[in-house]
Amino acid sequence: MTALLTIIIVLFVAVAIWQMVKIFDLAQVSNDTTNNGIATDYDNKINGYLMIAFLAFIYIITIICFVYWGDLPLMSNAASEHGAEIDNLMIISMILIFFVQTVTQFLLHYFAYKYRGVTGRKALYFADNNTLEAVWTIIPVITLAGLIIYGLFTWTSIMNIDEDSDPMVVELYAQQFAWTARYAGQDNVLGMANVRLIDIDKANVLGIDEADPNASDDIIVKELHLVVGQPVVFHIRSQDVLHSAYMPHFRAQMNCVPGMITKFAFTPSVTTKDMRERPDMIDKVQNINNIRAEKSKDLTAKGEEALDPYEFHYLLLCNKICGKSHYNMQMNIIVETQEEYDAWIAEQKTFKESLK
Amino acid sequence: MSTHAVDIHANDDGHGHHHKETFVTKYIFSQDHKMIAKQYLITGTLMGIVGVMMSLMFRIQIAWPEEPNILFEALLGKWAPGGVMDADIYLALVTIHGTIMVFFVLTAGLSGTFSNLLIPYQIGARDMASGFINMLSYWIFFVSCIIMMSSLFLEAGPAAAGWTIYPPLSALPMAQPGSGWGMTLWLISMALFIAQSLLGSLNYIVTVINMRTKGMSMTRLPLTIWAFFVTAIIGVVSFPVLLSAALLLIMDRSFGTSFFLSDIFIQGEVLHYQGGSPVLFEHLFWFLGHPEVYIVILPAMGIVSEIMATNSRKPIFGYRAMVASILAIAFLSTIVWGHHMFVSGMNPFLGSVFTFTTLLIAIPSAVKAFNWITTIWKGNLQMNPAMLFSIGFVSTFITGGLTGIIVGDSALDINVHDTYFVIAHFHLVMGISAIYGMFAGIYHWYPKMFGRMMNKNLGYIHFWITAICAYGVFFPMHFIGMAGLPRRYYTNSAFPLFDDLTDVNIVITIFALIGGVVQLVYLYNFFGSIFFGKKATQNPWRSNTLEWTTPVEHVHGNWPGEIPHVYRWSYDYSKPGHDTDFVPQNVPLKEGEEELQH
Repeated sequence: MTALLTIIIVLFVAVAIWQMVKIFDLAQVSNDTTNNGIATDYDNKINGYLMIAFLAFIYIITIICFVYWGDLPLMSNAASEHGAEIDNLMIISMILIFFVQTVTQFLLHYFAYKYRGVTGRKALYFADNNTLEAVWTIIPVITLAGLIIYGLFTWTSIMNIDEDSDPMVVELYAQQFAWTARYAGQDNVLGMANVRLIDIDKANVLGIDEADPNASDDIIVKELHLVVGQPVVFHIRSQDVLHSAYMPHFRAQMNCVPGMITKFAFTPSVTTKDMRERPDMIDKVQNINNIRAEKSKDLTAKGEEALDPYEFHYLLLCNKICGKSHYNMQMNIIVETQEEYDAWIAEQKTFKESLK
Repeated sequence: MSTHAVDIHANDDGHGHHHKETFVTKYIFSQDHKMIAKQYLITGTLMGIVGVMMSLMFRIQIAWPEEPNILFEALLGKWAPGGVMDADIYLALVTIHGTIMVFFVLTAGLSGTFSNLLIPYQIGARDMASGFINMLSYWIFFVSCIIMMSSLFLEAGPAAAGWTIYPPLSALPMAQPGSGWGMTLWLISMALFIAQSLLGSLNYIVTVINMRTKGMSMTRLPLTIWAFFVTAIIGVVSFPVLLSAALLLIMDRSFGTSFFLSDIFIQGEVLHYQGGSPVLFEHLFWFLGHPEVYIVILPAMGIVSEIMATNSRKPIFGYRAMVASILAIAFLSTIVWGHHMFVSGMNPFLGSVFTFTTLLIAIPSAVKAFNWITTIWKGNLQMNPAMLFSIGFVSTFITGGLTGIIVGDSALDINVHDTYFVIAHFHLVMGISAIYGMFAGIYHWYPKMFGRMMNKNLGYIHFWITAICAYGVFFPMHFIGMAGLPRRYYTNSAFPLFDDLTDVNIVITIFALIGGVVQLVYLYNFFGSIFFGKKATQNPWRSNTLEWTTPVEHVHGNWPGEIPHVYRWSYDYSKPGHDTDFVPQNVPLKEGEEELQH
């Protein structure tokens, strides 16, 4: 049945194209009796006008994207201290880009319209001009120098991890297709670990060295809790293939590489609770829930289960292709006050207690 | 290098028919650069059809992830039980789409076609330096295509680790079914591909250096030749590194070495690998991988420069600056690879260095863009389909290139790395732009290749709908990328956070489907015109370059008589003091006429 349907669709498409071609052939006879593939003045005129129309299209699609989807980017709600710096740099770069884009696209399409060919007119023999060349070499040089310097300062301040100021140390552990987190415990030092020490029977799933005294108070959890205002350093590991620890709300990302420990540090600046109460976040969640309610209607009509309503959470996603369930490798992140965190961590079992 | 092809027809009086050519030597194992160019083009087109079909399938999957689709059932069979695509095959489609488009279409299809066609024609040579090696490189390419395609029919599916094939995912069959035989065939196919690319590139370099006709100094070369020449050099410098990466990966996969693998625990057991690093593979891969995007875009730039000058009836603006920027881009392209690896775990200081070198590339790129715009200023623009695609190229190159200063900036890359923002960036700047360059070249040199004209009205339809769809697909994609949506997700429904992106994805897919279907108009025009197109005249675009001094009917050795001598650069359009608005390169200077000094 599907095969028959497919054949019918293919046939329809073929007929449609054949009809279209016939129409174009007829159109050619009417406006150009010597269609030899070379543009006539008439073609130049039509395509010149279309260039202006296309310029308008580019501008319109830009405006539409900003109006409809411009609030989607997480540009204004960074939840980490360095996130604001990245957002600033992003906004400056974007303004620059849109200025250059608007001007150059205008020039390109306007010239294409303005200087469309007319039989008998001669083009200007204008092959070189050192001043012009110098202008559009030096202006990008200056602009880029500014961007490079700003970018490098931002990058260095983000990537320069200061472990002397006693940040909270947390291990992020990636595997197909789940995340695990390990807190360093009372001593704030992670016990040594290697995948060769993994012992599933004893529930030592991260390969922690049982003989290492630093390991006994480590705490292994499936949900990441962070303290607002408290710097945190992630020691990132993977047990099988490359993954990438991506925390978009915190403007944080670092690959998880088997055989080595990678690091990333940031300071969360907004608690989950505060983020949920921001007006733009309330709107976004409301919008998502409306979409989910619509979908649920369809699902229940088909006799399937409705979708749960969405509640905002910071997320850790996998952002490096890692296999079949790459698309569903996630862990919730909760940013909370010191008291809330202390209460939560006190309830968790230490590594020693969790060993079988 | 044998040069017998150069001299063999030096004293020909006629049409080269006295050569006994059988069907096999003329159409299959041909050593003639014109035929080999056509072979590359048609093979590349067929690969392109497969690559585009794949992209449409995964776009449908992203837009309507849960809905069964009869298209999937018909085309994917057991990989789409009940018409619902399997997650592994989604990754395979993404992987093979990337591989086919980057290597088989935009490297072999673009460079292979136009370098072969134009280098001997435009420098005034009878053929390539070695016709035999040229033939060999096409047939190695052909075998490479066959192997890549045959991997689609494997029991466990083709390679699925992304076109970047990062180990350990690509090295371990237990990590992913596609990493078994699928990856083996991928690696063999790519090894052959690299071999053909090197053979081709060496031939191009030797031909351009040694076989230019009398008077064709380097500063009189058309920009197409400069672009192909420099592209070939980049290829020779960087492709061998990918070959070494592929060989080391084969060693790791099949012979138990540990170049890229270390400390791996998978499916309940510890593997023996120790001491290797996937980051090493990333370095080796991107040492080719980044120059590769310039291997793709430089020939398109050369083609566009040539077509824009011809159809503007105006010299290309800033010839010297255009050549200098090609050289600058080529040099910089080999020292920027680390910008793909800002968050790979390499030393952050390296990230700073690569940010610096990467943003420098914006300077020669800006020079080129402004020079193209100045070229059409005060021109007399002939809006042929080739010219439209060239203008379209500049437009998408600017749009896509500008976001390069975001993804190339390490601090900003932290948040957009591997999101749809990157997809939008590179598809516009090297995917769409290079395809436009290729279309422009095909519309422009079709009469030279097939002796007939393509239908221009179909060309107009093809360009305008494609142009709208290209922006419709990739412009909104920046925004879902900035919203944090990672690439290579089989479905976004696992994250309620992304539910509000569903409608954008549907819009993108609809544009993609329309854009895909309109390519049928092009295919009809291309294949139909081979048989039914209007007969071409010798120089339909009134162009200056030497290929238009050859007869419409192809002759072995290109020129029936003497090879023309060259007296001027190729951009004397609308030169004052001449009656016509073009002066071909083989026309001697008039008395008192000054040649433009470069």
